[in-house]
Amino acid sequence: MRVLFKTDYNQDIKFAKHGGYVFWYALLLVAVFLAPVALDTYWVNELTRVLIYALAGLGLMVVTGFTGQVSLGHAAFMAIGAYTHAFLLTQGVPFVFSLPIAALTSGIVGLMIAIPASRMTGLYLTIASLAFAIVVEDLIIHWESVTGGNRGMAVDPPALFGYEIYAAWEYYYIVLVLLIISIALVLNILRSPLGRAMLAIRDSEISAQSLGIRLARTKVLAFFLSAIITGLAGGLFAHFIQFLSPETFGILLSIQLLLMIVVGGLGTVHGAIFGAFLIGLLEASISILKDWLPPAIGTQPGLEPGLFGLILVLFIIFEPEGVYGRWVKLRTFLESFPFYRRNTFKRQRSYLKTERMR
Amino acid sequence: MAEFFQLLIIGLSQGCVYGLIAMGFVMIYKATEMVNFAQGDIMMVGTFVAFTFIVTWGFNFWLGLLAAMAVMAVFGFLVDAIVVRRIIGQPQFSVVILTISLGFIFRAVAGMIWGQAPLSLDTPFVGTSNMGGAVIGHDRLAIMGGTVVMVSLIYLFLRYSRWGIAMQAASQNQLAAFYVGIPVKLVYSGVWGLAAAISCVAGVLLAPITLIGPLNGFLGIKAFAAAVIGGFGSLPGALIGGLIIGIAEPFAAAYLPEVKNIIGYLIMFAVLMLRPEGLFATIYQKKV
Repeated sequence: MRVLFKTDYNQDIKFAKHGGYVFWYALLLVAVFLAPVALDTYWVNELTRVLIYALAGLGLMVVTGFTGQVSLGHAAFMAIGAYTHAFLLTQGVPFVFSLPIAALTSGIVGLMIAIPASRMTGLYLTIASLAFAIVVEDLIIHWESVTGGNRGMAVDPPALFGYEIYAAWEYYYIVLVLLIISIALVLNILRSPLGRAMLAIRDSEISAQSLGIRLARTKVLAFFLSAIITGLAGGLFAHFIQFLSPETFGILLSIQLLLMIVVGGLGTVHGAIFGAFLIGLLEASISILKDWLPPAIGTQPGLEPGLFGLILVLFIIFEPEGVYGRWVKLRTFLESFPFYRRNTFKRQRSYLKTERMR
Repeated sequence: MAEFFQLLIIGLSQGCVYGLIAMGFVMIYKATEMVNFAQGDIMMVGTFVAFTFIVTWGFNFWLGLLAAMAVMAVFGFLVDAIVVRRIIGQPQFSVVILTISLGFIFRAVAGMIWGQAPLSLDTPFVGTSNMGGAVIGHDRLAIMGGTVVMVSLIYLFLRYSRWGIAMQAASQNQLAAFYVGIPVKLVYSGVWGLAAAISCVAGVLLAPITLIGPLNGFLGIKAFAAAVIGGFGSLPGALIGGLIIGIAEPFAAAYLPEVKNIIGYLIMFAVLMLRPEGLFATIYQKKV
């Protein structure tokens, strides 16, 4: 068991709490950078997909995991990012400009949704985001001059300063670098006053407000940030799938993102990454399961969302901390080996928390 | 004028259905402060159950409807007693994620049992009447009549019956209700059962117009919009919100076809901008 001595105030906000962090994360970094060397194209492609999901999940994590506001419309931000990026590319805007513009567009739209909704309880944001996702899907279908409507829209391959990128490993590195930058950004925000305010709102709006945190402003900023990251993921996703159509970004994708962060571990950056990997595994196992099930059940279009729903229910009831929470428990058990107590992570029973004044 | 009247009737009847679903949803919210995102899917399951009774097993329509309501009441009761009750006291987002996932499970299971192809449920309300040049289907009139009956029954139940008053008490203050001897857990599950039965009626009334399919549950999203417009937590507000969305839809389809699918949400966003607490506000800031 490691005992940390505090010798400096800055120690509280350091990224790497002790040498173990430096060692293991450096090892992970080396592994992900060397991955395309060791793997063939198929696996590099799959890994790219997982990293894009992780980026989108990170976006949702900011608003749901850290600020406690559930968004059921994050697929719409991916859609906005993807379509804006693809449209700008057809207009001849270079990749390096069009991707940030797409992310920012998504962020500004997010701002427009969050401002009216954030004045009320978080519930309104949830319903507004759900309605917003439907409105965006409808808009994509009807705004044919830009989005191609139901016919869909082809996406040009990315080009960096005139050099066109076709190989899977080249695109993998672009996604990886952007993901690492986004993770650093989120971690940095988390240790800033804004990040602390977000966590405080998640844990108790009333105590946060009593401490002088401006609820509406913090929620709106969190939503803005979240929409930017998810929009960025959308832009990257556009190149990955190479062909955009409205049904790609339906409610199923929103649920998938939510599943990712809940199963991975709500409220941790690790959770978004873990969740993305688990979703990748889950998709693969569902397609295997489909062959194995009787066709009456296996070919159901509702099977996949139904299974996602089932997994979500089980995690919310039995392990709301997700896989990462489970890992933390295991680690604590090993670190404090003979002294681990079963009640260390016991969930507190509490009464219904009312949001109404009576 | 006749066209206006026709659109109005279509809108009113559609709005009644939204209003009924929204009322079930608001009832659960008022009593337990849980937002049931599966309400639309519970309605869908209720319609399928009624279909099984009436069409597959050949029950009389009214008997089948009553049987379906009873089954759905038990279903709603069990959903709360077995699943949802476990997360009371957990943060709001757990409830949201839990109920929306339940909705997806119901949809998948309903698809497996009853199939994806739309089914039709015959009701006794067939034929049309001519009123001042407008052709009004009897199924539409049945929806409006059914809603009036349901709303009056709910009002009488909540106002005068022992259980209704217990529900009101539990929704006002859980702890105080518990202290005066109200079985709060039972009342909560009862509210879920009641809400499920109401949605079942809404679904059956709507069945001749939309046909029955596992995706009907998405109608619930419009009911949320209705509840937000009405001011979340107000039963009359939910009904009026439903009527507003219902009436706006056929008029949008006739005069502004581009927005016909999303007009309800646009109204909701407008209400959130101008009067975020809804038309009939019931949520206040909590005092510490």
